[in-house]
Amino acid sequence: MILYDYILSPDCYKIRLLAALTGQRLTLQAVDYHPGGEHRSAAFRMLNPAGTIPVLQDGALILTESAAILTYVAAMSGPDWLGEDSPQMRGQVAQWLAFAHRLSASIGKARSHDMLQQPADINACRRAGVACLQELESALTEQRLMGFGYLAGARPTLADIACFPHAMLAPDGGISTDPYPAIRLWTRSLRALPGFIEMPGIHRLHELKPEPIGTAGQD
Amino acid sequence: MSGDPILDEWYPVALVSQLGPLGRDTRLLGQPIRVYWGTDHQPQVSDANGRALPVTCRYGHVWTCPGTPSRPLFDIPEADQPGRRLVDVGVVRVKCSPLRAVENFLDIAHFPFVHTDILGAEPHTEVGRYDVQIRDEVDEVWATKVQFYQPQAAKSAAGGITTEYMYRVPAPTVAVLYKTCPPRPGEWDVITLFVQPLEQDLCEVWPWMALFDDTTSLTDLIHFQQTIFVQDRSILENQLPRLLPLDPGMEIPTRADMTSIAYRRWLKRRGYSFGAQLVAA
Repeated sequence: MILYDYILSPDCYKIRLLAALTGQRLTLQAVDYHPGGEHRSAAFRMLNPAGTIPVLQDGALILTESAAILTYVAAMSGPDWLGEDSPQMRGQVAQWLAFAHRLSASIGKARSHDMLQQPADINACRRAGVACLQELESALTEQRLMGFGYLAGARPTLADIACFPHAMLAPDGGISTDPYPAIRLWTRSLRALPGFIEMPGIHRLHELKPEPIGTAGQD
Repeated sequence: MSGDPILDEWYPVALVSQLGPLGRDTRLLGQPIRVYWGTDHQPQVSDANGRALPVTCRYGHVWTCPGTPSRPLFDIPEADQPGRRLVDVGVVRVKCSPLRAVENFLDIAHFPFVHTDILGAEPHTEVGRYDVQIRDEVDEVWATKVQFYQPQAAKSAAGGITTEYMYRVPAPTVAVLYKTCPPRPGEWDVITLFVQPLEQDLCEVWPWMALFDDTTSLTDLIHFQQTIFVQDRSILENQLPRLLPLDPGMEIPTRADMTSIAYRRWLKRRGYSFGAQLVAA
């Protein structure tokens, strides 16, 4: 499985993260997105006419939408991440996969504007980003009241993986995450999952070292 | 000379290889400037009044000076050494003082915590004693004999090694790092941070490298350096006070901060205050 990848892209990171969590091996093919603009080249457009990343290639199959790539990787190597096979769950997971597009179009765009100077209506992006975070905060708070720690239930699914990176990286685009305690708890749970990997801007949880043992003079 | 120590410095304002036909409208020291291709097919820079500013193209970047250059652009002789790969890493904008960006680049102690498993790892957190000087003959800050254990010091490093570093500040918004070159013992890899001060608390950072590495793809080299720098970005944007204090105050430096102390002292001595705070923090 080849992932055409850019290390700073939250949408590429989602795929790397899910692959790490499910044990799926990926061959990473680095795309010189910035500063080289390789994704706009004719050669890259042969692979993906839309000129976007990530792109997943597995044999003859080529997928260019991150929701589709996540679904494929989960179906291949971690079906639990699709959620249980019920109409409600399928609907909920698909709902959050689609919602993640709104995060990319708001928070993601604000971030590439602020960091890589890509053109955007920055105030509109930030307003839309704040609205998305408020929706996410409400949804997570309701889940928590029902005893669930994740977007689509008691265990993490693609819904969480799809929304997590942009929620974490919002400050990169000048959008504060301070007002959202439920989002903070949720991102901490995801960062604590076995096999979790980081990306620039999303740091791992550092293990708390045990308290130093009392030294001479302190019994 | 304009006599203003801030205006008379050279600043990076564009990558030559990325300057498109439309040019680049940007800012320098709080003022708008424009970088564009002149009729002689050389990059030109002009200020808001259309006045042409001095231009030097070197190390992959377009450099300009809004005043009268007090000296030529600093020299990195390694840039002309045969066999090195010159890597334009591209720009990253950071909402921080340009001086904070330089100071962070000079710091080693954060490696295990911010660049975990790449430039450092617990429990190898100790920064050993190293030498720092302000070299009066060249008017630069130098830190030498810096040693640190690194799990993956460079893209070309196979495993953990104790890396030796030298740091050099040849201009107030430029830091140059020389580090052990895994495939070529005896030579130094050169990694620089060229900082364009947009405002006192906003900058664009242009990392650039001159490496001995014949095997790693150019894109992988770029992504390695972007990874490192963007790991720093969120930290830099949250540092307080936002401007770099040049006077000792509430901060208590440790031995590992000797380079930073020398850098701040050198800035103060030169009267370089853009992005600095002169009242003790």
